[in-house]
Amino acid sequence: MTDATILSVDELTIRFGAVTAVDGVSLGVAPGERVALLGHNGAGKSTLFKTVLGFLKPAGGRLSIGGAAPGSDAARRAVSYLPEQVVFPKALTGAEVLTHFARLKGVAPKAALPLLETVGIADAAGRAVGTYSKGMRQRLGLAQALIGTPRLLLLDEPTSGLDPVSRREFYDVLEASARAGTAVLLSSHSLSEIENRIDRIAILAKGRLRAEGALADLSRRAGLPIRIRVEAAEGRVEAVHARLGGERVNGRSVVVTCRAEDKVSALARLAELGSDVADIDIALPDLDDVYRHYSGVTAQGVVQ
Amino acid sequence: MTGLDRMAAVAATEFRLAFRNRWVLLATLAFTLFALALAFLGSGPSGALKADALTLTAASLSTLTVYLVPLMALLVSYDSIAGEIERGTLALVLATPLKRGELVVAKFCGHLAVLALAIGIGYGIAGAVIAGVHGADDAGLIAWARLLSTAVLLGAVFIALGMALSGLPRQTGTAAALAIGAWLILVVLYDLALLGAVIVDQGGIFTKTVFPALVLANPGDAFRLYNLALIESNAPIAGLDGLAHTLPFPVSSALLVLVLWLVASLAAAWALTRRIRP
Repeated sequence: MTDATILSVDELTIRFGAVTAVDGVSLGVAPGERVALLGHNGAGKSTLFKTVLGFLKPAGGRLSIGGAAPGSDAARRAVSYLPEQVVFPKALTGAEVLTHFARLKGVAPKAALPLLETVGIADAAGRAVGTYSKGMRQRLGLAQALIGTPRLLLLDEPTSGLDPVSRREFYDVLEASARAGTAVLLSSHSLSEIENRIDRIAILAKGRLRAEGALADLSRRAGLPIRIRVEAAEGRVEAVHARLGGERVNGRSVVVTCRAEDKVSALARLAELGSDVADIDIALPDLDDVYRHYSGVTAQGVVQ
Repeated sequence: MTGLDRMAAVAATEFRLAFRNRWVLLATLAFTLFALALAFLGSGPSGALKADALTLTAASLSTLTVYLVPLMALLVSYDSIAGEIERGTLALVLATPLKRGELVVAKFCGHLAVLALAIGIGYGIAGAVIAGVHGADDAGLIAWARLLSTAVLLGAVFIALGMALSGLPRQTGTAAALAIGAWLILVVLYDLALLGAVIVDQGGIFTKTVFPALVLANPGDAFRLYNLALIESNAPIAGLDGLAHTLPFPVSSALLVLVLWLVASLAAAWALTRRIRP
């Protein structure tokens, strides 16, 4: 709620009849910050976006975009939006689509057209959108969203269905805009996809905010165990199991779990086993485990 | 000023799309061919009064226009709102500073421009050919110009109606079905129902009082009555059109009906678009 935040959401509640789609969510996004909203389908991500755009009226709470009400002139000028599925008219060229949206946003088309270069489809500017691949269409959508250097970019699952290269380039462009001061709020299904590309994440489940913070912090706070898989030497699995405890798998391996801060001492104990151990594999809790932890789904294989 | 520029952008894109998807070509060809067919196949026998060819064709073309222009107008506009919802572009467009009222008016203007162009070229070519072959007098030229301009007004009514119907469903398919339904009811079934009622009534109170008002209330009939009533000729007119010369209202009331339909349809399109959650 300080002057520094572009988007401030305070105790926001949105209802569709008897269904509460967003339930008391508070969230702030500052200039230059990239925040990801994570959640399953129906978690309330798109509903939250549509409220920021002014399409839905909140049942409770407050929401402001740089101090302006959602849907107001000032808010519309500050915000740009890219939904997951957008089909531009097939008969128009990429340059025509961009020109159209530049004029709607009150930006000179000449100033907007270089954005096709930014997103890497300048070569296809004169071709009909109908001939574009899914990745190119999404890049065109991003170029459209970047017109006029918005203060807040709202991207609803922008990279779903993109190949890994397009996805990386997509996040490169977002990083550049964030560095230039644009606040980015995007939604995603998958934590692993946005690792290292995002400053902060907010996990939504059933309309409620379950966790919010930097990925590393969330990961630490989750306190998920580290799994160490010890492969015993020929015929030594009984001895290893007797010394370490844990769970036997596959006839030759033992899996033990420990907390992150106990990792070093666990490895020291392993070293004492000497030649009884053939191999060691350490699995840190991965991002999807962290996500599942906060969204209330128990992951298989995680002990405790 | 920026509001006007935004509207100009929307209208220009609609105009461009109508060209790209061959709508303009199709509509212009249809208007030209039907007008010429009526001129040279339909009114062929009236050989004695060649100078009247333009007037006579205007009379018969006004009947055909009632079917053709609403069809073409609905064809260009039925998709305008529902299609954008379905493709996801409405959310994008409404996230920009463009207001919903601006969107409705601008799309209407874009569609009307292409329809006016198609009618102008189609009926213009046909009129020029008829005048070139048979010659033309002042009355004929005036009748033709009146037909052309009121056809554009009739088209405007159905474009606005198509946009209003397009604001009801979220799917293009449903919007298409609604448009076809509207065309059938307003253009075909309405007249049949009235004729049936007149036959049953056998010259009773209904025929004398309610019937003329009901005919005039229909935009297609209002258009046709206006054109026929002002054509001073003994062109054969039948059915509902017999009313043209016995209408118990001033002729201009037909124009008023068309304008009322236009205003009401545009208002409905705007109101329906306002409640959409894209």
